[in-house]
Amino acid sequence: MPNLPVFAPSPTPESKPFWDATGQGKILLPRCNDCGTVIWYPRTTCPDCMSSDVGWFEASGRGTIYSFAVVRRAGGPWRDALPYVLAYVELEEGPRVLTNIIDGIDLEVGQSVVAVFHDTGEGNALVRFRTA
Amino acid sequence: MHAEVAFGALKDAGLGIEDVDGYFCAGDAPGFGGISMAEYLGLRNLRHIDSTETGGSSYVLHVGHAAEAIAAGKCSVALITLAGAPRAAGLRVLGGGGGRGRGWGDTPEVSFEGPYGPNVLGYYALAARRHMYEFGTTSEQLAWIRVAASKHASHNPYALLRDPVTIEDVLNSPMVADPLHRLDSCVITDGGGAVIVVSPEVARDLERKSVKILGHGEGVKHTNNGRIDLTYTAGVISGKEAFAEAEVTPSDIDYASIYDSFTITVLIQIEDLGFCEKGKGGAFVSDGALESPHGALPFNTDGGGLCNNHPNNRGGMTKVIEAVRQLRGEANAPVQVPDCQLALAHGTGGTIGARHGSATVILGQPDA
Repeated sequence: MPNLPVFAPSPTPESKPFWDATGQGKILLPRCNDCGTVIWYPRTTCPDCMSSDVGWFEASGRGTIYSFAVVRRAGGPWRDALPYVLAYVELEEGPRVLTNIIDGIDLEVGQSVVAVFHDTGEGNALVRFRTA
Repeated sequence: MHAEVAFGALKDAGLGIEDVDGYFCAGDAPGFGGISMAEYLGLRNLRHIDSTETGGSSYVLHVGHAAEAIAAGKCSVALITLAGAPRAAGLRVLGGGGGRGRGWGDTPEVSFEGPYGPNVLGYYALAARRHMYEFGTTSEQLAWIRVAASKHASHNPYALLRDPVTIEDVLNSPMVADPLHRLDSCVITDGGGAVIVVSPEVARDLERKSVKILGHGEGVKHTNNGRIDLTYTAGVISGKEAFAEAEVTPSDIDYASIYDSFTITVLIQIEDLGFCEKGKGGAFVSDGALESPHGALPFNTDGGGLCNNHPNNRGGMTKVIEAVRQLRGEANAPVQVPDCQLALAHGTGGTIGARHGSATVILGQPDA
């Protein structure tokens, strides 16, 4: 499969810890210290219980495919990467995150995947996945 | 184009610019939305504006909001417009790009989604894949939706795609984002539309036949703190609200305009609106059930967004217009539902693959 474009994210004060960790090959997830909910995408308040006491913990990097699409038509820089796989991966910790599966298009819902980190050159990395 | 459709609708209703005291528009209106448009259109008597943006479903929602505003005495003649020309601007693939922040502004999710190339095709394919996984829905079942739309479009001289297609045509068309084929997708067209909503007092004095707004509902669905469930839409909420207000049930509906950005959009919404059980949409839409006039649920008799027109990538306006045409008995003759008493128009704007707003209206005869 062709290489996927690597766009750097735009970290905000809310999301900076997440992005800084990706630069070290780690996934940090926010968790509400009051109700225990793992929050996605990162926020400094809990959308389940309105708490502002949100901390970070390191995720395993393992998950399963919740759904995937093999995109065969796209414009811009994605045209050169076709076909590519857009997916929701359900992390072991709960959240379903939008991402890419990088090692093939012959996939199944429920399949196990592990995180890989694509360096953006800006001190952080995009979190994509390959089959386990 | 906004002016063409606005003035066309006003003339059709037998009203003038000076009569309009409420104006509704969405994200396709440039500049300051209602303010900029009021100036361009020459609206001088406005006392109520609303630019609620829920993507393609906005205009269905606006019908509901206009009815609310009129009932509250805030206006008596409400104009709703949509227009745009993405095809003329060269757009050929819906949501062709992806990448950082493309068109998303400063939304908080942008860095967590944009870099992974989520175009519209991909988002809807994600929903289709999950529906297939959970309920055994097949590509052939989805193809029945396109077949019905194409038959309807063949009777519409203005439709972009007027040739009827077969199940095989759909299944043999190239994949655009597996499991969706090219013929599972809507067209990209230039165009627009306008609707006038008036108070009962104003309607009484008009020569043109009006239809009555019996119920309206709206709803929002999003990624739910990372626990998105792709198998349903906010139509679950908007449909329930609209049916309750209209005091009718899905089986009472004679004609339905169902938002059709993709075939999967139609199938999931039909379930969400209660025309069949969740997960049974595939069986429901098969074997010509959506074909007018003899199917179980005649839908999108103009050919819909799949074959006729999806102006500015926003299909809600045409959904309302075709429902009104059916109730007036003015649909294209071969697809006119006989004695059409109750019609539904439903839209979903945004993407069912992430976040969207749904709106439903139920319309009836003037004496309903």
